[in-house]
Amino acid sequence: MNIRKYFKIYTLFINTSFGIEMEYKINIFIDLITALLGLIGSVFLLSIFFDNASSIGGWSFEQALIIQGIYTILNGVTNTWFSPNLTEIVKYIREGTLDFVLIKPIDSQFWISLKRISPSGLIEIGLGLLVLIYCLNINEIKISLSLMVLFAMTIICSISILYSLWFLISTTTIWFVKTWNATEVLRSFLYIGRFPLNSFSISLRVFFSTVIPITFITTIPSELILGIAPIWKIILEIVVSYIFLMISRKFWKYALRFYSSASS
Amino acid sequence: MYKSFLYKIITLLKIQYSNMLEYRVEIALWAVSGIIPFFMLNIWTNNGLNESLNISNIMLSRYFISAFFVRQFSVVWVVFTFEEDALLGKISPYLIQPLHPFFRYFAQHIAEQITRFPFALLIAFIFFILNPGSFWIPNLKTALLAGLATFLSFLIQFLMQSIIATICFWTEKASSIEKLLFIPTLFLSGLLAPVESFPEFVKTWVYFTPFPYLINFPANLLSGNTTNISSGIFIQIIWVFIFFGVFSKTWKSGTKKFTAMGI
Repeated sequence: MNIRKYFKIYTLFINTSFGIEMEYKINIFIDLITALLGLIGSVFLLSIFFDNASSIGGWSFEQALIIQGIYTILNGVTNTWFSPNLTEIVKYIREGTLDFVLIKPIDSQFWISLKRISPSGLIEIGLGLLVLIYCLNINEIKISLSLMVLFAMTIICSISILYSLWFLISTTTIWFVKTWNATEVLRSFLYIGRFPLNSFSISLRVFFSTVIPITFITTIPSELILGIAPIWKIILEIVVSYIFLMISRKFWKYALRFYSSASS
Repeated sequence: MYKSFLYKIITLLKIQYSNMLEYRVEIALWAVSGIIPFFMLNIWTNNGLNESLNISNIMLSRYFISAFFVRQFSVVWVVFTFEEDALLGKISPYLIQPLHPFFRYFAQHIAEQITRFPFALLIAFIFFILNPGSFWIPNLKTALLAGLATFLSFLIQFLMQSIIATICFWTEKASSIEKLLFIPTLFLSGLLAPVESFPEFVKTWVYFTPFPYLINFPANLLSGNTTNISSGIFIQIIWVFIFFGVFSKTWKSGTKKFTAMGI
């Protein structure tokens, strides 16, 4: 694998996607308002919960806000990269254009996963970061270099897990063809990542730490910021994200063996 | 003339139903993606949040399963279909047919709801197995009224989205406006928390918007929580009329603006 070549191709991807998106400038503005209202809405929902209880699953309002910030960042990442690219797989397979991807002299997973970028998601990432900085302030957390490094590491792991989940589900379209809504199911499950995992009942907690590891995605990075994440959890997150990435890669290679082009 | 109109509607429904049956798996998955109210219920009861609201656990679970049902049968996606048809120029042939194009979309939605019904029942069945205490069968009158309220909620949302869809005539990408409108629908309709639990400063104005009448009112009605039935349905009908008026206006001026592909 030639990293320089891939880097060059990726900058080309970014250029073309920005070119496309700039044709719809008003859309970006509307998306900004949508992201802002979405954040206000979830803080509003959280405030309703805390109107009726002083803590939820052992988290105070100020602490739970950290989870909202991280969720917003990750949602922004999803909307910038995963959602515009991976929902296209269905189209490639239905119209048979996956052939054109496969014959290109670059890695097909790279091409499919990173071809497009939607800048409005970047706004959401920015919003999430602002919330996070605000949370650091109200929770009186001192920023140290080690915290930053560890946080960056867990966030990268979270993004890897999230990506793998999206990619695994999108890959199943090779067999089922019409599954636009499969990603919607994932989205609705991910929705619970907005809340501390401890606020759910035991059965849901088990489900969301094993089958769909949402706990690893938002809860562990938040615990890390609060300084309550034990070291084994962080190591576990790294291991889990590695496993997920490997599975998604293997699964793609495996699925491609079953791909018979549109007319055959 | 009336008879031929009825014939058209029935034929449309038949065609769309067989169309939708082809997408069974899609629709089943879509039904599953509507389970967020159950997660919310879990947070509410698991943290005892409903204690200060004077709603028992059982009534709250009935509220959320009703909210799930109402949402299942009032989901609207006309703007996405219309946007695609407008971008690809498919609506030009529809426009010259002696039938308003939105009847086609309307029939699609109804057909999709019929296809969805067994899946929604199945999810409800699983819910009641896990929560046997909350099982109840609403009496016929309540069920019919709730059905009516859900249909009116669907009509309101269908008209709201159709208005946004007609904006396609000007901008071509209306779905981002729909995503914007979805945010208040999500948070103010009562899908995630009953409107009764909202803080006072929101309650003072939220009932002047159509949102609480989309999920909260029909769900309260179906679950047997206290609600004013006649005034709720009356307000729903008022919103239907308002949005219908706006829709006819935007449709008229939109079709004048429309230039078919290739002309």
